[in-house]
Amino acid sequence: MSFGLFSSSFKHCLLSRPDVNPSNLKLDNGSRVAVIGGGPAGSFFSYFLLDMAQRSGIDVQVDIYEPRDFSHAAPQGCNMCGGIISESLVQLLAVEGINLPATVVQRGIDSYMLHMSVGSVRIGTPLHEKRIAAVHRGAGPRDIKEVKWKSLDGYLQWLASDKGAHLVCDRVDHFDWKDGRPQIKTRGGLVQEYDLLAVAVGVNSGLLKIFRDSVSGYEPPRVTKTYICEYHLGQETIEKYMGSSMHVFLLSIPRLEFAAIIPKGDYVTVCLLGDDIDGPLIKSFLESPEVRRCFPPDLPLDPPSCHCLPHINVTGATQPFADRIVFIGDSGVTRLYKDGIGAAYRTAKAAASTAIFQGISAENFRQYYWPACERIAIDNRIGKIIFAYTGVMQKLRHDLRGILRMVSKEQMKDGCNPRMSMALWDLFTGSAPYREVLLRMLNPVFVGRFIWNVVVGSLPIKRGRRP
Amino acid sequence: MEAGDLGRVYKDGEVIVRQGEAGDCMYVIQAGKAEVLQEQNGRNMRLAVLEEKDFFGEMALFEREVRSATVRALAEVRILTVDKRAFLRRIQEDPTLAFRVVEQLCHRVRRLNEELARIKAGT
Repeated sequence: MSFGLFSSSFKHCLLSRPDVNPSNLKLDNGSRVAVIGGGPAGSFFSYFLLDMAQRSGIDVQVDIYEPRDFSHAAPQGCNMCGGIISESLVQLLAVEGINLPATVVQRGIDSYMLHMSVGSVRIGTPLHEKRIAAVHRGAGPRDIKEVKWKSLDGYLQWLASDKGAHLVCDRVDHFDWKDGRPQIKTRGGLVQEYDLLAVAVGVNSGLLKIFRDSVSGYEPPRVTKTYICEYHLGQETIEKYMGSSMHVFLLSIPRLEFAAIIPKGDYVTVCLLGDDIDGPLIKSFLESPEVRRCFPPDLPLDPPSCHCLPHINVTGATQPFADRIVFIGDSGVTRLYKDGIGAAYRTAKAAASTAIFQGISAENFRQYYWPACERIAIDNRIGKIIFAYTGVMQKLRHDLRGILRMVSKEQMKDGCNPRMSMALWDLFTGSAPYREVLLRMLNPVFVGRFIWNVVVGSLPIKRGRRP
Repeated sequence: MEAGDLGRVYKDGEVIVRQGEAGDCMYVIQAGKAEVLQEQNGRNMRLAVLEEKDFFGEMALFEREVRSATVRALAEVRILTVDKRAFLRRIQEDPTLAFRVVEQLCHRVRRLNEELARIKAGT
């Protein structure tokens, strides 16, 4: 291994080869591309790289390295995720010609129930259309008896394979440089050199430490722990208790930023996001009356069918690229708390278009790939401000009553501009950038209406006036 | 509509977009078929039949014109709406998103050219 000597040895390799000029690296006919990780980022990257290469008349070979088989139930086939495909991504994929099939989408979501300590309210979309997809990343939870829906990750892998990508079912556990090109070694003993390496592993992968030590300037994202669990309720019970609504919670539980219950086919997924989620926090969430009301009264919430405490990004990676290497999805930059699959699509596509149309040097990625990452990173900073504000608001009952009143009024009046409803919809579903949500919240009309609703909502209710 | 179906279902004969109306979104067919009709001298002329993955209404996104034709469901059709603002913002960030739109417009121009040639050959 030559990780410690990377900078000098790699530069030496490049300079010693007359055909390799770092500013002139590009993919040509016969170029070989390796993608480490067959989750959404890896499959999107392979799909779009091959699509753009075919449009440009370049014949490239793409190998996807993924040891997991997503047709298996958890933990072997799981990718530890809430399994929501945002409204914006569903639309973009449709434009790309990828209609998510009902064999993969377990439930289309057309509304959400917002639960707060002061009450609950249902928020529907103005179009009354199902544009959010609830899926399982693998075949399903640990105790699944019959696999009725296909895995999202398996479906995206199939799309990439259909475009021409070659799937290698092996784990990459070693990386090095050979004559200025990335060389990988797998657990199964395979050694291969490539012209370009796309790293699409998640933040729970140990491989990122190897890249941190071997790729100059790359620093993996910082992470926090989250909690995801699944409950088997059966289709009929889910239909009765949840329908096609996602349930989101703004509860005054210390360290809990956000919580959601996502109805799927036979299971519901519970996701808790916050600062170092632990047992006591999970217990106080599951025992809160707002959560209990969402489930059948006789259903024991402990133990769940399946659970995990995966890491999620709280910052992006530093310099997620180098000559002939690009980090996409969670190993690069992803959206804060929401729409991770959407961020995987965006970074994967930006990296693929850079590689095909611009080149594969660090400078190419800096100029054409990094702006896409930077947009997400800047937006995440705004997202942190919004989540900090909602964290404070969860403790202020007057503000919560104001939100409840404003949303309830908006939902009753058809045709009015549902400012609060849409701001919350985009915030909770990840359908719009946080910047856009913040700008809408700072709109003087929004602020005025909110203050009015806080004041009116806080007035004592006068009863018995009407005959 | 199955629990996992996305979009909205239109029944047979239901109008999805109407010629002459303002529009601020485009549509992608998820399942089923729809027909494109244009009103000429009080008569509805069928211009095309659209199928799964085809889209329509994109002209209203790029031009500030009203809908150029009516699109009606042929039997039951399931359709997903694409918001103008989100779509244009994304194209500005990622111009390659327009590849498929341009590709479909090219197919339409090619088909119209063939149609025109056939009409001219017949006269």
